[in-house]
Amino acid sequence: MEQFIQQLLNGLFLGAIYALIALGYTMVYGVLRFINFAHGDVFMLGAFAGYYLHKALMPMMSALPAPVSAVVILLLSMLICGVLGIVIELLAYRPLRSRPRLNVLITAIGVSLFLEYTAQYIFGATQRPFPELIPKKTVEGLGGLYVSNTQVIVLVATLLLLLALRFIVMKTKMGLAMRALSLNPTAATLMGVNNSVVISFTFGLGSALAGAGGIFYASLYPSIEPFMGILPGLKAFVAAVLGGIGNIPGAALGGMIIGITETLVAGYSQDIGIPSGYKDGVAFVILILILLFKPSGLLGKVEREKV
Amino acid sequence: MDFPRRSFLLTGLCGLTLAALTNCKKEGGGDASTIVVGEVAALTGGTATFGQSAHAGTQMAVDEINAAGGLLGKKVKLVTEDDQSKQGEAGTVAKKLISRDKIVALLGEVASGRSLEMAPIAQKEGVPMISPASTNPKVTEVGDHIFRVCFIDPFQGTVMAKFALARGWKKVAVMTDVKQDYSVGLTQYFKEYFTKNGGTIVGEQSYSTGDKDFKAQLTKLKEGNPDAILASGYYNETGLIAVQARELGITAPLLGGDGWDSPSLVDVAGKAIEGSFFSNHFSAEDKAPIIQDFITKYKAKHGNTPDAMAALGYDSMMILANAIKKAGTTEGKALRDAIAATKDHAGITGVISLDEKRNANKPAVILTIKDGKFVYVETVAP
Repeated sequence: MEQFIQQLLNGLFLGAIYALIALGYTMVYGVLRFINFAHGDVFMLGAFAGYYLHKALMPMMSALPAPVSAVVILLLSMLICGVLGIVIELLAYRPLRSRPRLNVLITAIGVSLFLEYTAQYIFGATQRPFPELIPKKTVEGLGGLYVSNTQVIVLVATLLLLLALRFIVMKTKMGLAMRALSLNPTAATLMGVNNSVVISFTFGLGSALAGAGGIFYASLYPSIEPFMGILPGLKAFVAAVLGGIGNIPGAALGGMIIGITETLVAGYSQDIGIPSGYKDGVAFVILILILLFKPSGLLGKVEREKV
Repeated sequence: MDFPRRSFLLTGLCGLTLAALTNCKKEGGGDASTIVVGEVAALTGGTATFGQSAHAGTQMAVDEINAAGGLLGKKVKLVTEDDQSKQGEAGTVAKKLISRDKIVALLGEVASGRSLEMAPIAQKEGVPMISPASTNPKVTEVGDHIFRVCFIDPFQGTVMAKFALARGWKKVAVMTDVKQDYSVGLTQYFKEYFTKNGGTIVGEQSYSTGDKDFKAQLTKLKEGNPDAILASGYYNETGLIAVQARELGITAPLLGGDGWDSPSLVDVAGKAIEGSFFSNHFSAEDKAPIIQDFITKYKAKHGNTPDAMAALGYDSMMILANAIKKAGTTEGKALRDAIAATKDHAGITGVISLDEKRNANKPAVILTIKDGKFVYVETVAP
């Protein structure tokens, strides 16, 4: 029992990160109706931004307490990724906005490969250790459960980001414009919404979240390399579809489900003779099942395709 | 539309490119005054420190040979291809080296899985291949042109099992990288000896290269309350395994093989890997003059202490050089026979004689990690 709860905790922390990445997918989809497959690579760039910022800023910030410098690095990385997201949208997706969605989708895959191999060229393919932004401590909780301070910080920070995102989408003018755009782009334009600005903002926001995800992931699993975004990116995509793509709480829920399922499969599959390597496959089995039985996702609404 | 003219131009361009390519080919093949040796190494990617070290060692051997006048009156030229630590890439670049560069012999790979990919190609083309550090037995079983200068996993696995038993660790849990032939083999031979001699395996989990999250598996292993955990994979994943094991409150030391030998292990794992043990090919603390000599030369050139991969890379090239000298030719069959006849070669990683299975029988050393450094514990003879 104690072990099972530990597994659930393991899954929860992993799921929080998937949720954070899934939000980026879902927001872009909600507004633009297309999957930005380069999202996982922005996540990777977030981790590298954190790595280099730590290297560059630490001599200056060593006097500050660790949490403060960690927040500075986190915010700067999010900023870098946000700007990057806007630039990617501007250069790669905007020229294709009036083209069929399939064109944009294929371009997204191209952008993804471009980012991966450019990163490999610039950073090198070797894995490198990610610095501890906040010194790691493990706490033994009730009944022999183990949780590290990093995990708790990541979970709390993820929740805060989720709330901030909810606030932006539900309570601000920009959020209102985003929602209007996702309902009906033409009508939104007629009501005075500047579509280009809203789309840029959405990309920036989504990418900033991916950047934060990159930092959190690298803090939990401190080894980074240019291809680290592929698998978490794919799983977050599955999480977004699972929760109902375009739906923000759905993405969070989907992320949690994928993280916990994956952990349970890795932990218990060998009891029934399945190697734990199958944990990566499980996310995709879930995807197939959900597409078969509830294509709109758990929290998604059925939408009639307008042609 | 001026289609015809454009396609005419295109054809011309293609022709020019082709001509340029064929030119390259001639150059790459080497002229009468050089002996071209091919090397496949993981210079980038998941096991990059292995490839970089092995390459540095091999290159050092080549430089020494050339400084001493070369072989058979010719200079040796080392052509190195990077396989990016990727399964699938090693075979491709090996083919490229053989067909384009017309190499006389192939050195590499360090990882067993990738050597297993190159071996059938070298065997089929009749090019002798020497692996510096692939310890999986299957590698040399591919054919009579495949050699290695390191010990094999049945020995390495047995050494670690013996070591665990000698420390009084009766309960060991294992963590295997199912994507690596090396790791699977090492686990298998460890288990065989360990269970036959009174030990119990109290948990068995697996993962794949590139995984970052091992908490689920480790949580499960913790249940068995093991005295030690065998983590038989390579350094990248092992570093993360160590970190996460400590986070889950597992205090048992980790055990491993030569796949741990990289400074990157300590970079990632930090304190978490302290007090763990692994078997290796040589220790930089060994006082033997031949080793200290090698270390001094290597340090002068690269600024850091050589690891076992560098020493094995050096040994593989030196054995090849001796065989070329003895054979008096670089022709495939004669060269193969000369390599196979290698006896009592005084290498950096021990005295190397190749047996009828083309393996080197050598002692292993056991190292531990103390204050972030690899510290010598003991030597185990076969």
